[in-house]
Amino acid sequence: MADAYLDLVNTPLPAKIAKALGLPRPSVLRRWTPGEVLAPHPVLVAGAGAGADALADVLLGWDVEVRRHVLPGEKLSAAVVVLEAATEPADLAAPMLELGHAVKLLVPGGRVIGVLRSAADASGPAQAAARQGIDGALRSVAHELRGGATANGIILRGDATTTDPTTLGALRFFLSGRSAYVDGQFVEVASTPSGSITDLAAATAASGEGVADQPLAGKTAVVTGAARGIGAKIAEVLARDGARVVAVDVPAAGEQLAAVANSVGGTALQVDITAADAAVRILDHVRRRFGTLDIVVHNAGITRDKLLANMDASRWESVIAVNIASQLRMNEQFIASPVFSETGRIVSLASTSGIAGNRGQSNYAASKAGVIGMVRAQAAEFGGTGRSINAVAPGFIETDMTAKIPPLTRQVARRLSSLQQGGLPVDVADTVAFLSSDAAAGINGQVLRVCGQNLVGA
Amino acid sequence: MANQAGAQNAAQSPRTAVVIGGNRIPFARAGGAYAYSSNRDMLIAALDGLVARFGLQGERIGEVAAGAVLKHSRDFNLTREAVLGSALSPETPAYDLQQACATGLETVVGLSNKIRLGQIESGIAGGVDSASDAPIAVSEGLRRVLLDLSRAKTTQQKIRILSTLRPKDLSPNAPGTGEPRTGLSMGEHQAITTAAWQITREAQDELAYRSHQNLAAAYDRGFFADLLTPYRGLVRDANLRADTSPEKLATLKPVFGKGLDSPATMTAGNSTPLTDGAAVVLLGSEDYARANNLPMLANVVDAEAAAVDFVQGDEGLLMAPVHALPRLLKRNGLTFADFDFFEIHEAFAGTVLSSLAAWEDEEYCRRVLGLDGALGSIDRSKLNVNGSSLAAGHPFAATGGRIVASLAKTLSEQGGRGLISVCAAGGQGVVAILEARN
Repeated sequence: MADAYLDLVNTPLPAKIAKALGLPRPSVLRRWTPGEVLAPHPVLVAGAGAGADALADVLLGWDVEVRRHVLPGEKLSAAVVVLEAATEPADLAAPMLELGHAVKLLVPGGRVIGVLRSAADASGPAQAAARQGIDGALRSVAHELRGGATANGIILRGDATTTDPTTLGALRFFLSGRSAYVDGQFVEVASTPSGSITDLAAATAASGEGVADQPLAGKTAVVTGAARGIGAKIAEVLARDGARVVAVDVPAAGEQLAAVANSVGGTALQVDITAADAAVRILDHVRRRFGTLDIVVHNAGITRDKLLANMDASRWESVIAVNIASQLRMNEQFIASPVFSETGRIVSLASTSGIAGNRGQSNYAASKAGVIGMVRAQAAEFGGTGRSINAVAPGFIETDMTAKIPPLTRQVARRLSSLQQGGLPVDVADTVAFLSSDAAAGINGQVLRVCGQNLVGA
Repeated sequence: MANQAGAQNAAQSPRTAVVIGGNRIPFARAGGAYAYSSNRDMLIAALDGLVARFGLQGERIGEVAAGAVLKHSRDFNLTREAVLGSALSPETPAYDLQQACATGLETVVGLSNKIRLGQIESGIAGGVDSASDAPIAVSEGLRRVLLDLSRAKTTQQKIRILSTLRPKDLSPNAPGTGEPRTGLSMGEHQAITTAAWQITREAQDELAYRSHQNLAAAYDRGFFADLLTPYRGLVRDANLRADTSPEKLATLKPVFGKGLDSPATMTAGNSTPLTDGAAVVLLGSEDYARANNLPMLANVVDAEAAAVDFVQGDEGLLMAPVHALPRLLKRNGLTFADFDFFEIHEAFAGTVLSSLAAWEDEEYCRRVLGLDGALGSIDRSKLNVNGSSLAAGHPFAATGGRIVASLAKTLSEQGGRGLISVCAAGGQGVVAILEARN
C-alpha cells in the first residue's frame, strides 16, 4: 500500500537524480493535524470589488496576515483570487497575472483558491465567457503547481456572497490540510439556507474561532461499509471531528466492524444494506440511542469487474444492488423519517469511474454514475430546505483494493494526477467530513472529486 | 399468558434486573477455526463485540462475571484479564465463576441479583470454553518430583530426587469429561438415563434435526445480526448442518451406551460435539438502561439450582434441572401453561427428552419430586425455537450466555415468558425465568 517511490524521491540524493532525469517528483502532502495553523505565511487576496474587500476583512479576523498585492520576495501560504466582478474575458488579465506572480512565492503545500460566479447565472455571453474562462485558467494553474500545492475554485450561485457562511466554510476547507488531495476542483455554493445552520455556527464561520477541531460535535453519523478501508477511515475522521458514529457493515464483516467501532468510540450495527429493512434497523438504532440522525455517509460499495462482453447477471446485479439501489431505498426511508434531522446531510461515495468510465467496470460505473444522478435529483428536492446531499468521487486512493492492482499499472495510475501520487483514505474522509458539517450548509447536489486532479475523467 | 402470580416474586424485590443485549462469537468445533485461540482471546472477542454493539468503550461496568470449565491454572483471573484486554474501562471489576455447564447461566443469576439489590447498576455475565486449547497437566509423579526439586538445596539432593522419576511419570494427563466419582463419561451417564426413560433413537434424531432446522432458520432471517460477532473468519456456528435430515442422522453409528442391555441410541448427531466459543450478556437496572438509552429486552425474574445424588442414588447425572424446575415454578406460582418459550439445553437429545418424559410421568413426579401429580407437558413448538446446543455446539460455560441473550431477544420480539434449563456435571442444574416487559 505504501508508495515507496514517493518516499524515495523525498530524500536528498534521489530527489536530485529524479530532477535531473525529469522524473515525477511527488511531494509529501500537507495534511490536517490537530491545532493546524491555517496560514503560517501571508495570504494574498487578489481581485477588485466589494466582495474581495469583505473577504479580506474576514481573513484578517481569522488571524491571517492578508496582502492585497504581492510583495516581492515574500512567501505566501495561499493566493485567493476573487474574480466575481469579471464581466468580459479581458477582465481576467490583471488578476490572473497577479496570481502568476503569487504562484512563484507559494510555500510547499500552498493553495490557490478562486472565488467566482457561475457562468450559468451570467447576464450574457461575454460575462459567461469570462466566468467559464476562469474555470479553464484555474484548472491549468492546478496542473502547473508543484510542491503539493493545489488550486481549486468556489463558484457562487444566485445571491451567495463571498462572506456567506458556506463560502467561508469552503474557503477554510480549501486552505486547510483537510483538502490535501482535492485539486483542480470547483464547488458551487448557494447562499446558506436560513435555519440550516445555527447562529453559533454562522458566527464561528465568520470569526474562525472554535471550528477547527470539532466541527461535528453533537452530530450522529451513520457510515456504511465502515469495517475497513475508506469507510473505516471516514468513521475515524467523523469521530475525530466530534460526531457520534454508528458503524454499519454486513454481519460477515462484524469482527473488523467491532474493532472500528471500539477504536472510534462508536457503535457497531451489523446490517446488510441491501435488505429491505436496512433503513428501519438503522433508524431504530439511532432513534433509541441518540434520538436524531444528522449525517448519512453511503460508503459501502463493491466491485465485480469484467468486460461487458464477459459480464454475467450476478456480477451486474450485485453491484447495482449494493452500490446504488440500496442507497435509493434507504434514502427514501431516511428522508421520510422524523428521526432524520431537518439539517440532515447525506454524502454518497461516487467514483471517477462513474464520471469517466473505466474498462472492465461498466457495472461499477453504472452504479457510481447512478449515484451522481441520484444526488443531483435529490438535491433539487432538498433545495431551500436545511438538508443537503452531495457526492464525493475518489480517484486513485491507496487502499487494500488498489494494492491488488499489478505493480506497474499501479505506479502509472499514481503518477497520472497533478499531485503525482495516490491519495490516502483520510483525504476522502476529510472531504466527507467537510460536506457533513454545518459549514457546508449551502453546498447541495455537488460532486466533489478527491483525485489529485487525475487525468481520468478530468 | 399474563399470570399475575408470576409477578409476585419480582414485586418483592426492590428493583428489576433487565437483559439489555448479548454477544457471542460463532461456536467452532474443537480443532477448527479457534484451534489456536485461548479462552482469554475468545472472551475478549465476545466482550469487545458487546462493547461495540452498545458503545461501552471505556465504560466502568458494575461487575463482569464469567468462567470456563476447561481452565488453565494460569487463568486463575481469567475474567479480569479479559476485561483488561477489552475495550472496557480497566477500572471494571470482575470475578470468575465455575459451575460446570451451568457457569454461564449462574453468572447471569448472580449479577442480576446484585442489580436487584442495588449493589451494581450494570453487569456483564458470560462464559467461554475451549476444548481445543485444553490444559494438559503433568502426571502426579512428575508433579511431586518437580515440587521436591524446587525445595532441594544441594546437588546431591537434586540427583536423589530426580532418580525417583519413572518413565510412566512423563506421560501427561489430558482432561476428560469423565465424572471423578464414577469414572463414567457424561455420554455414558446419559446413555443410562436415556435407556431408563426408554427414549428412542428416532425421537433423539428428530430433536437434533429440529435443532439444526431452527438454528438455520434463525440465521436466515437475520436473528443473530445483533447477537453475534464473527471471529477468526467464522460467521456462523461451524457445527450447524442446515441440510441434515432424520434419514442422514439415522445412518450415524451409536457412540454411547454400547455396553448397556438395551440397544445403543446416542450418536455423534444427537449428542453435542466438543466446541470452542464464548458468549456474554449485558445486564442492567432499569435506571441504567434508561439513562443510557439502552434497550430492555426482558426481565430476569428468578432462578433455582438443584443437585442430585447420581453416585449413591439412582438419579441420572444430568437430571438436576428436573428437580429444580418444580421448586422454581412453585415459588413463582406458575405452571408450564404460563410459558411461551422453553430453552432446554441440549447436552444430548436424550437429556432433553428424558427431562420432558420425567415431568410427564405422574409416578415419577409423585415419588421422586414429591409433587401431587405429573408436572405437565411442554408444547414442542415452544421448545428451543431458535435451535440449541445440538446444532450450535456447546462450549460448556458459554452456553448459558447464548441461551439468555437469544431468549431475551425472542421475548422482546414476541412477548411472553420464557424458561431456561441447563444441566451440569456433578449432578447439578440451574433453571431460570425471563419475562417480556410488555
